[in-house]
Amino acid sequence: MDQLQMHMLQMVADLHSVPEGAYNIRDNGALAGRNTTANIDIVSKKNKPGIDIIIKPGTKNESVHIPVIVSQSGLKDLVYNDFYIGEDADVTIVAGCGIHCGGSQDTEHDGIHEFHIGKNARVRYVEKHYGEGEGTGGRILNPTTIVHIDENGYMEMETTQIKGVDSTIRDTSADLKDGATLIIKEKIMTHEKQYAETNFEVDLNGVDSHADVVSRSVAKGSSSQVFNSKIRGNNACYGHTECDAILMDEGHVNAVPSLEANHLDASLIHEAAIGKIAGEQIVKLMTLGLTEAEAEEQIVNGFLK
Amino acid sequence: MLELQDICFQASDDPKEKGILKHINLKIDDGFVAITGPNGGGKSTMAKVIAGIITPTSGRVLFDGEDITELSITERAKKGISFAFQQPVRFKGLTVRDLIDLAHGEPLSLNDSCKYLSEGGLCAKDYINREINASLSGGELKRIEIAMVIARGTKLSIFDEPEAGIDLWSFNNLIRVFEALRTNIDGSILIISHQERILNIADRIIVLADGEVRAEGAREEILPQLLTDGQACSTLLNKVV
Repeated sequence: MDQLQMHMLQMVADLHSVPEGAYNIRDNGALAGRNTTANIDIVSKKNKPGIDIIIKPGTKNESVHIPVIVSQSGLKDLVYNDFYIGEDADVTIVAGCGIHCGGSQDTEHDGIHEFHIGKNARVRYVEKHYGEGEGTGGRILNPTTIVHIDENGYMEMETTQIKGVDSTIRDTSADLKDGATLIIKEKIMTHEKQYAETNFEVDLNGVDSHADVVSRSVAKGSSSQVFNSKIRGNNACYGHTECDAILMDEGHVNAVPSLEANHLDASLIHEAAIGKIAGEQIVKLMTLGLTEAEAEEQIVNGFLK
Repeated sequence: MLELQDICFQASDDPKEKGILKHINLKIDDGFVAITGPNGGGKSTMAKVIAGIITPTSGRVLFDGEDITELSITERAKKGISFAFQQPVRFKGLTVRDLIDLAHGEPLSLNDSCKYLSEGGLCAKDYINREINASLSGGELKRIEIAMVIARGTKLSIFDEPEAGIDLWSFNNLIRVFEALRTNIDGSILIISHQERILNIADRIIVLADGEVRAEGAREEILPQLLTDGQACSTLLNKVV
């Protein structure tokens, strides 16, 4: 791997070398490396670009890394990845996409991920998006995540976009059966003229199903963000969605949390708070010896930590 | 160490505006100095003028002989002034340990940050990784605020009503915190308080009322006057003074 590839892998997957365990590295639309284990199989799709990741029932404490790097200006990469997580498995999946745009044409990666989480299985899914490069072309990432959680299954999704992505539309939908749990933690920071749109749609279909969808974001420069989150309670269930955004400069945030209760015992809560950094927070940190700019940086870093 | 020269503060053109300071002249040297007086008398405003949070309408603030009136909050903090807020600020995402590190100026070992937290009267292991968010009670936040000032270890530490919001059960513990601070701290403490037990450990007491210094002197001289004024028992005194 060359230096650029290693750097991008580090940014999107915290990898300093080829990962341990199962992995699949996609570079400019082609396979750049793959490893499978006794319990985790990765198979290329035959009819469309993408892979099937098949995790055997009962697989414990294993991880799968599936980073994507796009560095060819003008490339529009579309990929379909399906994850089949067997019953009682407990795994970590690290995805992520880094775009390096060195030219004047738009560079785009659209990843469509579908998770089938078996009964009692637990998945921690970590996804990071990052863009860089001196080119004038747009760096565009449009991930779609579809999640089906079977009885008593559990998924925790951490999705982060901190830097360099000019435009993103992130669609996530989920349906949960009895006793299933979905936790989503989204972190977004946009700069300059960037645009980020998030659309969550969760159907709590099972008895005692549970969803917690939390987004924290910072809109700097003249960037713009839209947060749509809809939770439908179709059974005796608990759902909570929260959007917390810090505005800086000329930033713009539109938060639209939405709840739909279709069952008497559905308990649903939404919260949304948007505002600039509280003056008293800055003053407090200044009394500790930080400058105003250092105080802002600490507050933003802490908020998105 | 600290000198206020003819400090006036007028929050607005409205003469009825509370918190006005009227020609305050004070010299505060080393030791433990308590400021007391009725609510609305200007105590917090004066503390904020010293920390640089409020700019006085007129007058000068001198610290170690240097005129710091025009210096920012940050510059004053770097020169050795710390300020514990009466109403501590919450931070989403930042942990107790983050703030103790920021207060100290560089990352501390877990042991050292726990030590400061314990000195602030908290069981460190329960708190060190907690976020400074709405899950912490007012009393817990006050002790974290105190621990931050201890972690800074500056020449002048200002505490604005540290007892406010602390429950009766924790109050004895808080008094012990300040007794220990009085012995250990390498600098001066300026504490705004209504509590007789805090006034009782002060070297000097300043009484501020209606924006003016009404009395100033050694504890032995001022405290008996405060306790006899208006035949107030200490409970009543705590309410009205």
